[in-house]
Amino acid sequence: MAIEIKGRMGTFMVLRMLTADTAEVLRQLDGHLSTAPDLLSGVPLVLAPADGLSVTAEMLRKVVLGLKERGFLQVGVTNVSESLASAADLGLMRNLAAPSREKPVAAAVAAGPAQVVSQPVRSGQQIYARGGDLVVTAPVSAGAEIMADGHIHVYNTLRGRALAGVQGATEARIFCTDQRAELLAIAGHYLLSDQIDPALSGISTMAWLKGDLLQIQSALNPGG
Amino acid sequence: MARVVVVTSGKGGVGKTTTSAAFGAGLARAGHRTVVVDFDVGLRNLDLIMGCERRVVYDFVNVIHGEANLNQALIRDKRVENLAILPASQTRDKDALTQEGVEKVLEGLAEDFDYIVCDSPAGIERGAHLAMYYADDALVVTNPEVSSVRDSDRVLGLLSSKTRRAERGEDPVKEHLIVTRYSPSRVGKGEMLSVEDVCEILSINLLGVIPESTAVLNASNAGMPVILDEKSDAGQAYSDTVARFLGEERDHRFLTDKKGLFSKLFGG
Repeated sequence: MAIEIKGRMGTFMVLRMLTADTAEVLRQLDGHLSTAPDLLSGVPLVLAPADGLSVTAEMLRKVVLGLKERGFLQVGVTNVSESLASAADLGLMRNLAAPSREKPVAAAVAAGPAQVVSQPVRSGQQIYARGGDLVVTAPVSAGAEIMADGHIHVYNTLRGRALAGVQGATEARIFCTDQRAELLAIAGHYLLSDQIDPALSGISTMAWLKGDLLQIQSALNPGG
Repeated sequence: MARVVVVTSGKGGVGKTTTSAAFGAGLARAGHRTVVVDFDVGLRNLDLIMGCERRVVYDFVNVIHGEANLNQALIRDKRVENLAILPASQTRDKDALTQEGVEKVLEGLAEDFDYIVCDSPAGIERGAHLAMYYADDALVVTNPEVSSVRDSDRVLGLLSSKTRRAERGEDPVKEHLIVTRYSPSRVGKGEMLSVEDVCEILSINLLGVIPESTAVLNASNAGMPVILDEKSDAGQAYSDTVARFLGEERDHRFLTDKKGLFSKLFGG
């Protein structure tokens, strides 16, 4: 075998250009480097001109040259057009969108077919019902993890972790007939067993999301 | 068709080897040609428990590597007819076991034996994985305490996903629970989980409950499977366990602490 292809996670720096003045960009960079000379050496760096900045290939080339002189490992550019990137002889990273400040829009509960599991889910096992509901008719052991894009139903003892609406569906709910869960979560909002009222242990319960708070109540006596 | 029975637990020190020796001897005593295979390469113990450590010449790893044939490595038990053991190597480690090698050895044993009992090492790594991979039945040995139960649960998950039967989509490995070192008096005091609790958590068929007993230690020291000590509680409990495995209905006898001091004094 001559090659192996592997996905790796790693850290790289993003240099956001907030002005079209390349000389100023490099000058401020030198300012940073004078206080921490080794901070960025050998770390891969991606150039990211800010939104709305009119960028030319010439500008990019100037900055890149300046970066090389300062010992940066320049790997690419983002947030520019493909033709501009190739004109500046740079690799374009498309999947490097700046993290959005806005809250993700809550996804609707997935309406795909439900996945039914009738074998016990053992410690260390993980089951994910992608795109739909998960129905488990056997016990879910401590240390096991069940997840669904939609609702979760456990018609047995739930001792492990149950995560409903993992893609963000805040309408998702978790139902179980014998609740002893280590963790219950809906759309990323979770409660640990410590935080669950002991009176709700060992009975059938339903969990849902009210705002950002996970609510749990007896499913047989839904008065509260 | 020979049946491959793995004795496994996840956790160490719960009684896998004691159970393998007793169970193998029980099957042989019932007239089935039985071999017990020690998969704990590097930490060979089965030969000691079965009292044949002085007769080990070749081992499992030698057979896998073609340095000896099966008949040279097998040790016939002197007390029980139909019983043999295949010892592990003490000088190698678990990497010396290969999947193809294990399969070849098990196929060879299947020609001469009715039951192949695989004594799994602790853990869930290579040795334990290979011990369970070809299994038809699994005896899951558990002590009545939470960490042992959790590890057994993990192993049950592996049995239903990482065995040949699971990978080929055949009938699943038949799982049987054996609770060992059970002390009804300590259960009464709340120091141990009860058999009911263990069964509820693991939700598998209970095959046997072996009481905590000095007979087990004495038998190990003497190099004799404890099932051959017919007067002992542990020996009788293993006999019941084997009988149930072979299809007999037997009550669980050692779930309660029947004998008080009074009846002990008067030989009750």
